[in-house]
Amino acid sequence: MSTLDDLLRGGRPASHHAPWPRVTVDRAAWDAAIEQLAGGHLTLLGLWPDAATVHMALLDEPAQAVGVISLACDGGRYPSVARLHPPALRLERALRDLSGLIPDGLPDTRPWLDHGQWGPNPEPPDYAFLPCEGEGLHQVAVGPVHAGIIEPGHFRFTVNGETVVRLEQRLGYTHKGTEALMAGADLATGARLAGRVSGDSTVAYALAFARAVEAALGVIAPPRAVFLRALMAEWERLANHLGDIGAVCNDASFVLMQAHCAILRERMLRVAADAFGHRLMRDRIVPGGVTADLDAAAGQAMRELVADIRRRFPALVELYENTASLQDRTVTAGMLGPELARQYGAGGYVGRASGRPFDSRRALAYPPYDRLAFDVPVFPEGDVNARVWVRIREVEQSLALVEEIVDRLPRGTLRADLPQPGEPREGMALVEGFRGDVLVWLRLGADGRIARCSLRDPSWFQWPLLEAAIKGNIVADFPLCNKSFNCSYSGHDL
Amino acid sequence: MIADLLIQGVQMALVLLLAPLLTGFTRKAKARLLMRRGPPLLQPYRDLWRLLRKEAVLADNASWLFRVIPYLVFAATWVAAALIPTFATGLTFSWTADLIAIVALLGSARFFLALAAMDIGTSFGGIGASREMMIATLAEPAMLLTVFTLALVAGSTQLSTVAAFMSSGTVGLRVSLGMAMVALIMVAIAENARIPVDNPATHLELTMVHEAMVLEYSGRHLAMIELAAMLKLLLYMSLIACVFTPWSLAPTGSGVRAYLAGGVLYVGKLAVGGFLLVLFETSIAKMRVFRVPDFLGAALMLSLLGALLLFVSRSL
Repeated sequence: MSTLDDLLRGGRPASHHAPWPRVTVDRAAWDAAIEQLAGGHLTLLGLWPDAATVHMALLDEPAQAVGVISLACDGGRYPSVARLHPPALRLERALRDLSGLIPDGLPDTRPWLDHGQWGPNPEPPDYAFLPCEGEGLHQVAVGPVHAGIIEPGHFRFTVNGETVVRLEQRLGYTHKGTEALMAGADLATGARLAGRVSGDSTVAYALAFARAVEAALGVIAPPRAVFLRALMAEWERLANHLGDIGAVCNDASFVLMQAHCAILRERMLRVAADAFGHRLMRDRIVPGGVTADLDAAAGQAMRELVADIRRRFPALVELYENTASLQDRTVTAGMLGPELARQYGAGGYVGRASGRPFDSRRALAYPPYDRLAFDVPVFPEGDVNARVWVRIREVEQSLALVEEIVDRLPRGTLRADLPQPGEPREGMALVEGFRGDVLVWLRLGADGRIARCSLRDPSWFQWPLLEAAIKGNIVADFPLCNKSFNCSYSGHDL
Repeated sequence: MIADLLIQGVQMALVLLLAPLLTGFTRKAKARLLMRRGPPLLQPYRDLWRLLRKEAVLADNASWLFRVIPYLVFAATWVAAALIPTFATGLTFSWTADLIAIVALLGSARFFLALAAMDIGTSFGGIGASREMMIATLAEPAMLLTVFTLALVAGSTQLSTVAAFMSSGTVGLRVSLGMAMVALIMVAIAENARIPVDNPATHLELTMVHEAMVLEYSGRHLAMIELAAMLKLLLYMSLIACVFTPWSLAPTGSGVRAYLAGGVLYVGKLAVGGFLLVLFETSIAKMRVFRVPDFLGAALMLSLLGALLLFVSRSL
């Protein structure tokens, strides 16, 4: 019997929740779950408010099982998870800002997403950064507006000369109110909103949203749509990984690598535009299936590009490996230990470069990945170099996956009809984006509209780890470490 | 006498006019090496013109130093550049100032720039200034030792004399000169904020050295500083060309044709130097900030060894 099973058996199951069970638990079981999290027996997947209830998604890694436990908040309060399990801290601070529920015993009660811009009071309150005292320490404030064209986020470094003593992030500048917009929206609008949470992961988000809706309604997407979705997802992963490999090198001022990688990425985007009508394949995945088909010519173009990348990529890997000055920058920079990666349930290349082998395509295999052969590369070192290598290996895996998917693409329809739910139904999905696992949970009302939808970006558990990874490094290495994490601002700020 | 003054005047105008072109050329060459089209060769001139016409934004707490220093830095760099024989030896000013004066001029320009960086009190200015000084503490002695090596060989710290001696054919191949050349190139890379020490094209505030110091400058002040940086690149390249490839320099009292030939060859040398620079830059990543002392330490040791070898044997 796994830990999660024990928890789930003690609660009252929700009537329609798919594909994994959700149970309403009492305070004792909630506290027990927190202890299991703190003890490292369970991994936190998500924590979100729903009117006067909090839901917590849990992953039992050894058993490869997922479950959601819910607690009704008595008087708008509930026992804080972050009190004993720090990975929940930012989720709870955001939850407090967005829902008004109070996590009892929350160690840090400063607002997180709320910058004082929404309420009647237009003056943002002073944000107290954590104190850091000692001889010779001084602060360096960076952002939210940066010298380059990147997303906004504030970084407060406390440094001793060049050495970083502490980094504190402040995010929330790109809050768009996505979850509030979702409430009451129809499914088409919901899919569009989901695809706009984080632009570089638009396929992953749309896929997660579509799968959650399909789970709630008990619909199965047609086989051709399932394969086309995987094709888009892998194409997105490839384009982003290629871009990232170049960008990491660019942050070490090795521009040659970026020049080559950027060309490959651009060619991928152009082929995607020809094949699916959008460079980033936005709004191509909808609940029930896909809106764009792949014709023979586009499939051939994809195959040719993959073959060409296969020819060119090894030379780039060799260039990366044999440039001593570049290796000097990436090896041992920004170390992230395996304990932290496991505690935070870090997904994607961040987790897999620190020895956490979790990949939702494998651990919680969803179609068509249950029928495709691929490896999940894992590196134990946890430095910038390892995060680059995870990407390199994943590029190789994804190239093979694209070839296999195009070859095995079944014929048939692109969309299944969606029935009216008739009663409230809930669904969730965990989808592997290029950054890590995207979690979408939603409840549909009896009228088929979205009653509540929560979208959790993998960056929620990666941003705090960046703070840990940079500690003890020099300030000048931060951009390199930051790029190797490449967390999403937009996906995190919602 | 009038001819000498004229040559000096041409020299001063030439370095000022050529400096943005050299920067434009390196940017273009680098872009081509990276398979990009790159900005037009004349873009740096346009940038300077644009900056000159723009409003200069000053921080509230900027002192008079902050406003004066761009002109100081520019003037010091320009004078230093004017002292280096580019196409002709026998410059009028050349007799009043030698290599040590050039080092001193550049040193004071750097000192004032670091002062301006700290004047506003932003953290980036402080970071940039402290990194620049860390680099300077090693680059300046290395530069001086190189000067001493040259002076020991040529018997003078006066650049026209050094150039005349080096082109006289009596020098031959010398280990100490080779070491001095490598050291001087390393110093030049560090001093001009090029990869692997600094990246002139970066947008990452936290990794900047030179750019971090001038982050608060705008308008005509920024134009002065940018032009000074371009002049500095030209200066170092001219210095290396003047000392180690002095064959095309027109001696005092030559005809117009000799001067013209000297000028054309000088532009050619700059082009070759600029190309070699970007070729080196594209093949290497930037080093960690704390590796820079190792890099410059090597330059310092090389120049020291070069000078010591000369004491051991006059022919090495």
